[in-house]
Amino acid sequence: MFGAGGGTSSYTEVEQTDLIVLWGSNAREAHPIFFHHLLKGIDNGARMYCVDPRRTSSAKFADVWLGIHVGTDIALSNGIAREIIHAGLTDDTFIAHATSGYEEYAASVEPYTLDRVADITGVPAEAIRELAHAYATADTAQILWTLGITEHHNAVDNVLALCNLALLTGHVGRWGSGLVPLRGQNNVQGGGDMGALPNKFPGFQDVVDPEARARFEAVYGTSLNPEPGLHLTLMFEAMERGELRALYVIGENPADSEADIAHARALLDGLDILIVQDIVMTRTAEMADVVFPASIAWAESEGTVTSSERRVQRVRPAVVPPGQARHDIDILVDLAATMGVELGPQKPADVWNELRSLSPLHRGMTWERLEAEGGLQWPCPDEDHPGSPYLHGWLWAEDREGRDPAPFSVVEHEGPKEKLTEEFPYRLTTGRALDSYNTGVQSGGLASPIRYGDALDVNPEDATALGIGDGERVLVSSPRGSVEMRIRLQPDIPRGLTFTTFHFPELVDANVLTNDAWDPKSGTSEFKAASIRIDKLDVAAAAGAGAGGG
Amino acid sequence: MQGPAVVDLHVTVDQASDAERAAVDVVVPPDQAAVIVETERLVRGGTARRRERRHLLLPALHALQAEIGWISPGGLNYVAERLQVPPAEAYGVATFYELFRVDDPGHDQSVTHVCVDAACQIAGADARFGELRAEGRHVHRSPCLGQCERAPASFVQGRGEPDHVPADEHEVFQHRQAGDPELRISRRLGVVDPTSLESYRDHGGYEALAAAVEMGPDAIIAALSESGLSGRGGAAFPTGVKWRAVADQQGRPKHVVANCDESEPGTFKDRVLMENDPFALIEAMTIAGFATGASSGWIYIRGEYPRATARLRHAIVEARAAGLLGPDAAGSGHRFDVELRRGAGAYICGEETALFNSIEGFRGEPRNKPPFPTTHGLFGEPTVVNNPETLLNVAPILLDGPEVYRSRGTEQSPGTRLFCLSGSVGAPGVYEVALGTSLGDLLELAGGVTGTLQTVLLGGAAGSFVGPHQLDLPLTLEDTRAAGTTLGSGVVMAFDDSIDMTPVVVRIAEFFRDESCGQCVPCRVGTVRQHEVVVQLQRQGSLAPDRLDLIDDMARAMADASICGLGHTASGAVRSALQLGLIGGGS
Repeated sequence: MFGAGGGTSSYTEVEQTDLIVLWGSNAREAHPIFFHHLLKGIDNGARMYCVDPRRTSSAKFADVWLGIHVGTDIALSNGIAREIIHAGLTDDTFIAHATSGYEEYAASVEPYTLDRVADITGVPAEAIRELAHAYATADTAQILWTLGITEHHNAVDNVLALCNLALLTGHVGRWGSGLVPLRGQNNVQGGGDMGALPNKFPGFQDVVDPEARARFEAVYGTSLNPEPGLHLTLMFEAMERGELRALYVIGENPADSEADIAHARALLDGLDILIVQDIVMTRTAEMADVVFPASIAWAESEGTVTSSERRVQRVRPAVVPPGQARHDIDILVDLAATMGVELGPQKPADVWNELRSLSPLHRGMTWERLEAEGGLQWPCPDEDHPGSPYLHGWLWAEDREGRDPAPFSVVEHEGPKEKLTEEFPYRLTTGRALDSYNTGVQSGGLASPIRYGDALDVNPEDATALGIGDGERVLVSSPRGSVEMRIRLQPDIPRGLTFTTFHFPELVDANVLTNDAWDPKSGTSEFKAASIRIDKLDVAAAAGAGAGGG
Repeated sequence: MQGPAVVDLHVTVDQASDAERAAVDVVVPPDQAAVIVETERLVRGGTARRRERRHLLLPALHALQAEIGWISPGGLNYVAERLQVPPAEAYGVATFYELFRVDDPGHDQSVTHVCVDAACQIAGADARFGELRAEGRHVHRSPCLGQCERAPASFVQGRGEPDHVPADEHEVFQHRQAGDPELRISRRLGVVDPTSLESYRDHGGYEALAAAVEMGPDAIIAALSESGLSGRGGAAFPTGVKWRAVADQQGRPKHVVANCDESEPGTFKDRVLMENDPFALIEAMTIAGFATGASSGWIYIRGEYPRATARLRHAIVEARAAGLLGPDAAGSGHRFDVELRRGAGAYICGEETALFNSIEGFRGEPRNKPPFPTTHGLFGEPTVVNNPETLLNVAPILLDGPEVYRSRGTEQSPGTRLFCLSGSVGAPGVYEVALGTSLGDLLELAGGVTGTLQTVLLGGAAGSFVGPHQLDLPLTLEDTRAAGTTLGSGVVMAFDDSIDMTPVVVRIAEFFRDESCGQCVPCRVGTVRQHEVVVQLQRQGSLAPDRLDLIDDMARAMADASICGLGHTASGAVRSALQLGLIGGGS
C-alpha cells in the first residue's frame, strides 16, 4: 500500500509543519493556490529548503536554496540519507517497526559522501549537511515535489529516493509530516482515483487482480480485459509500430504537449481515426476526424473533483454550456448507445454511487455528505468514517493489520539520459509560468501583464560569452531539431542552464527540443533535461541553417 | 506586526551613489543582508532572515538622511534590496517621519528646526524663526522639541556635523532643587557626572540592581505592586501589574522597552533625566529585565534629543565594559543588553504600539489593543514598556521599601512626580514634588507666575486648560480626574493675562492635525475639522452654535472610535479653552 496513490498530507498540515522541503517544484507559479497554504506555514515559522536547478520565485521564499544540476536529485537524496545515518539521526524505532530493507539501503547510500554529492550536484557539502540535519531533527517535516522530480527518465526512482528519506526519519504517517506530490490541475488526483490509469480500476484496484476484476465485471455486466492498457508514451510507440490505429482523446492536447513534438504529430496524422473531446479547439482537435465539444468541468458541469490532498468535492454548473457543448457523461452515454450498449440515464450522483459500490476508498462518501461536510478525504471506507487527513498512519500503529512494512528502495544516481556535449553544451529545462497553463489551451486567450512569452532564459554571463543580448532572437537547437527563440537574461539561473516554458506552442515549439527518453515505470518523458546549443541567427544563417533542422 | 512574506521587489532604475551605499553598509553590512549569495548554486534568504532584519530599516534611513540630507530614490532602492523590503513600503516609512525628506533639499547645509509649539510660541518662536532665516540658515518649523524650559527652542539637523541643540553649547545644567533631601527620582540631577560610571556608583548607582538580584523577581514585583507605582506617561497603569503580566509569560523571548519618545508638547522631564542621569535608566531597565525574564532592552528615543542619545550610548558602552550589561548582567546570572534606536520625528511614536512598529521598521501606526504589549508587544512578543520617569522610581522603591515610598503622596497617588514647569513662571524647569501638592504651590516653587495668571495648561496638548480659580487643585490622579482634567505627562504650562490664547489654541489644533497618523478615520478627519473650526473662530472672532456643536460631536467620535490615545485626547485642550472662555469671547 505504501508508495502509491496520492499525497499523504492535508493542506492544513503544511500550514503547521516545522520544515518544508520544496523539491523540484515551482509551486508559487505552478500551484499558486497550494502555495498560499505553504506561505501560511512560513508565516507560522516553518523553515523552507528549496531544491531546484533554478532559483525560482518559489525558491526566493526559501531560507536556503540548493541549486542542484538538473537530474542529480537521487545523488542529493542519497547523500542526505548517508549524512543522516552517519550523524545518528535516523528514527531507529520507526525503521525497525514499520520498514523493510534498511540494511541494504544503508549500504547502497554509503558511496554518496558529502564531497562526492557536492561534486555531482554542484551544491556545497555544508549546505547538504545542513539540509540533512534540519530534516532529520525537525519535529514535523514535509517533502513536496512536482514535475522537477517526475519529468525525468528515472522519475519513479526519483520519487522513491525522497520516500526513503521520510522512512529514515519517520516523517510520514503522522500529522504535519509527509510526502506530497503536487498535482497540476484541480482534478489530476481524481482522474487517477477514478481509474484513468492503464493498470488500475477506480480506487487503485489492480486490473490484473482477478477478484477485483470480478467485482467490476459483476456491476458492469460485461467481461473486462485482464491485460493492463498502455500509458501515453507506450501508445505513441504502438502508433509507431502501426498497432494502435484509433485514438479517442478526452481533455488532452498531445499535439502540443508531447516531447519531440514533430515526431508525435506525424504519428497522430497517421492514425485511421482520431476522436477528440475537449472544451476548446486544440491543435489536436484540429487534426481530429471527429470532435465532441464538451462542457467546462468547473463552470458548466455537475460532478466531483479531487484535489491533491485527496479531498473529493462537489462542483456545480453556474452557466449553461454554449452551442453544442455537452456534459462528458452525456457524450459517453450517447456514444455507448450508438454502439449498442444502453448505460441508461446517468446522472452524476448515479455514477458516483456506482463508484462507491466498487471503491472501498470512497464507500463512505455519500453525495449528501460531500455536500454537507465540504468534501471528504479518502480513504473513507464507511459512512461513519470522518475521512483521512493524512495517509499511512498505520505505519505507527502497534498492529499493522497484516500490511507489509514500507520498503526502502535502493536507487542509484544516473543523471540525465542526454549528456552535454561539445556540440550541445547547454542544459535546457522546462517549466510553467504563473499566468499560463500547460499548452496555453485555457490561458492563452487571456491577457496578462506579466506574461513574457516564448523567451529562453539564459544566465547573463553565458549570454556575454555567446555574444548575445537581452531580447535578441537566436536559433536554439537540440539533437532533435531547431527553433527560433528570444533571449531573456536571467541572473537567477546558474551558468550552463537554460529554461523555457511550454505555454506558447503557437509561437515556439519548445517541445521540438525536449527529449522523449521516458521512464519505463511511469511513462513520463524527460522534459526536464535536454541538451541544446544556442547560435546567433546571422551566424546560423551564414553556416547554412546550423545544426539539425527538424 | 510581521509583514507579509514578499519576494517580488520591483525597484526603479535609480542607483545609489557610493556615499549612500557606504552609509547603508555601516548599518547593514553586506554579509548581513537579507539575501546572501554564497555560490552560484547556494543562496540564503527567505522570510525569517527578512523579518529578522526589517528593524534595520529605520537606522538605514537615518544613515541616508544624515549622509546626503535626504532619502533619494537610489538610496531607497539600495536599502530595499539589502533588507528585501518592498520599495513602496520603505517609502511609506520614510515619508512617515518629520526628520526624513524624500525630495532633494538642493543644498548641503544643516537644517535648523525651530519649535513653534505653545511654550516657544509665546516666547517668540516666530521672531526667532525670522532671525535665523535672515542669517541665511535653512530653517524648518517644528513641533515641540522638548526644551520648553529654554524657549524658544531649536534643534540642528546636521550635515557634515552631528545633530545638536544650540542651547546645549553654553548651558550648564542646574537642578533647581539640587540638594533637597526629599528628592527621590531626581536626586542625582546636577550632582552626578552623567558621563562617569564611577561617579554614578559613588552616588548610589547600581545598589538597587544588587538589591534586586538579592530579592529575586517575585519580591521585586511584589514591592512594586505594594508601592502603588503607576506609569508616568499619562495612562497611569499600575507598573507592578504590567511587570507581573510579562513575568508570567513563558517560552518566548521578552523585551524591556524604555519609551524615551517624549513628544507631548510641554514635556521635557525625561530628556533632563536621560541627559543628567543616564546610568539610572540603564540600571532600571536591567532590573526590569531581571524581574520579568526579558533579555533584550530597547531604548527608543526621539530623534531631536542628540545629547541624551549620546549620553545613553556612552552609558551603554560603559555598562557593557563593566559587565553590568551582557551575558551575565551585573552578576545576576541573567543575560540582558540594551539597544538604542532613534525616532525620526513623530509624536504618535510615543504611543507604545506605534513605537513598536517604528522599531520594527514599519510606519509608526498604533495597533489595536487587545492584545496588549504584555503578551504581544515588540516583535509580537511579551514586552514591558515604561518611560524613564516610571523606571527611575524602581530603584528608590527597592532600596527604601514600598512603605517609605508610600509615605509621600496620597493613598491613590503615592510617591513623587516630576513636573515640567514652563511658560509664564519665574524659574522654568523640572520639579519633583509629592503627589498631592497643589497647583498653586507648585507654581510658587517654580518662581511664581510672572504677571497675572490667565490659565494653566495641565498635561500637555493632550491635557486641558484650567483657570486661576483652580490653583488649590491637589495634583493627584484622583483629584485631577474629578476636576475633569489630567496630570498627563506632568506638563504645567502657565500663561499670563497678556497672552492672546487664540493662536495658542489654533496651534494645538494644528499640532493634532499634523500628528494624526491618519490610520483611523475619526482621528484623521476629526483633527482636520477641529482645526478648521478654530481657524474659522480666529478669523471671525466668534462661532455659530452649530460649529461649536461640531467640535463636541467630533470629540465624541474621536473618543469613541479612535484606536489610540491621540484621537481620544485631541479635543481636550480646545474644548477646555472654549469652556473657560480663553477663546471665542466666552461663548
